[in-house]
Amino acid sequence: MLEVRDVVTTYGPVLALDGVSLSVPAGRITAVLGANGAGKTTLLRTVSGLVRPKAGAVELDGKDITRLPVEAMVQRGMAHVPEGRGVIAELTVAENLKLGGLFRKGAKDSEADEVYDLFPALRERRDRSAHTLSGGERQMLVVGRALLARPRVLLLDEPSLGLAPRVVAQIFGIVRDLVDRTGLAVLLVEQNAKSALSIADTGVVLNLGRVVATDSADALAADEQLRHAFLGF
Amino acid sequence: MTDTSEKASTKVTPAGGGSGGGALAALTRSRGLRHLALVLAAYVGIVLLLQLFGDFRDTQLATMAYFVPAAAGLTLLTGVNGQISLGHGALMAVGAYTTAAILDRADLTPFILVVLASVAAAAVVGLLVGVAAARLHGPYLAGATLALAVGLPGIAIYFGDLFGGEQGLRVRPPDPPAWFEDLAGGDLGRTYPALLGWALALSVLWFLSNLVTSRYGRQWRAVRDDEVAASLCGIDLGRARVLAFVVSAACAGVGGALLAVTSRLVAPTSVTLVLSLYLLTAIVLGGLGSLLGAVLGSAILAFLPTVLTNRALDSGLDSAAAANLAPMVFGLVLVVVMLAAPRGIVGTTRIALLSRKLKKQRAAALASRT
Repeated sequence: MLEVRDVVTTYGPVLALDGVSLSVPAGRITAVLGANGAGKTTLLRTVSGLVRPKAGAVELDGKDITRLPVEAMVQRGMAHVPEGRGVIAELTVAENLKLGGLFRKGAKDSEADEVYDLFPALRERRDRSAHTLSGGERQMLVVGRALLARPRVLLLDEPSLGLAPRVVAQIFGIVRDLVDRTGLAVLLVEQNAKSALSIADTGVVLNLGRVVATDSADALAADEQLRHAFLGF
Repeated sequence: MTDTSEKASTKVTPAGGGSGGGALAALTRSRGLRHLALVLAAYVGIVLLLQLFGDFRDTQLATMAYFVPAAAGLTLLTGVNGQISLGHGALMAVGAYTTAAILDRADLTPFILVVLASVAAAAVVGLLVGVAAARLHGPYLAGATLALAVGLPGIAIYFGDLFGGEQGLRVRPPDPPAWFEDLAGGDLGRTYPALLGWALALSVLWFLSNLVTSRYGRQWRAVRDDEVAASLCGIDLGRARVLAFVVSAACAGVGGALLAVTSRLVAPTSVTLVLSLYLLTAIVLGGLGSLLGAVLGSAILAFLPTVLTNRALDSGLDSAAAANLAPMVFGLVLVVVMLAAPRGIVGTTRIALLSRKLKKQRAAALASRT
């Protein structure tokens, strides 16, 4: 579904991605692992169009979408949940969810109920400003908003950051379930390699902007040398 | 005045972006109708006020009527969408000159057609500025719109044949239609400019109050709060900004048209940079992003100068010093508000009411526990 080919991304003189290739098939979770500064977040930002690559291509369903503006990518089914939440703090929970279906013609306000069913904690807070939410609730809100865009590809950046293990497990469980039910393709970036590999199908290990290993999640988790060198567990 | 502003207050509460209680939530389904009812109620209030007060208040209420649409449009742009404009006086000028130039040459009736032409002219200029502004932020945007405010009156002087040069254009205010004369009789006839102005001003408020709670309002606030998150929701940042600028400019066009017929003269000296700064002062004092705040700010702009000048003259100040008192007090009030209540009148009141409500809830919860 999503193909990344030889992508090179720089921030001024700093080389952040140095020829990264990977593919994210439908109905699968692909986890991108690596230490701080490995280029994980840059990879997601490049895929969703927030930064432009120097070279290489991003393809969705075989079509080159590398140069499309961010909102056009979203409209083609790419949903990016950025690191550090990305809720609109001044809008209420319900208004944030309405933004998710904004560009779809015929989106109904009642669709928010799907999200409230997934995350009942949000239903109680629907008329509160998003800035009154806890970290976990914000994460639920952003994931819920991304799902209302009816994406075919979901990019998740560090969903476990600063969250209680129970909340992380809940969010991961919901994502895994959606992938299995709807054929959603997920590209998951995580520091917490252990929990990421526990729900992922495939793992890609990045180091200093290059792919150093690509394998099934089970094989990566079993590779002791790789775990010690790059994954830290 | 309190009469109308109270009515306006309930009307624009959801516009400020506050979250409502259960009763309010139940009403949201018929929001447009509710806004309409409140606007009509406010209009009845204005008519009564005009009946009660003398000639002098007519002029001030008419003055306020031309500030209201422009300030409301500016608070949409600056408060809701986060784009600062120091050039809204110039956009009013576009509307005012359009009205004056049309009335100077032709007897276009009904007057609403002249207003629509002014709105269209201001919207076109707003579109041009908005396209340029969409790429600019903060101080750069302030600078660009400042250039508009400074430069635009110069165009009126340069094309003196069309716009009357330094002397400006005299405006013959539109005559009340025959049915109005029949209905109102001689006495109410004098209040026609104020009644006309408020009909338009409240229409603009009604339109904007529905707009800011619509999907466009949500988009604008999302773009203001977090550009990255907004674009990841599929919002075209540039298009959202330009649209806000066009709507805001169109409102300034209404204000300009009303300014022309109220002051009966449109000249470069009546649409200076000071007008732009006054509009910005009004929305900051009232509470940025709140339509009610824009109405309150406009009231201050319309009433404070005359009140102050009269007081000063009464206390024996010479007329030049008295005339300069109002700008000085504006400056002082702005400084004090920014230090003591940076959210303006509406924002500060809303927070005070909310914290009182929360305190009551907490007390009730504690009481029920014991």
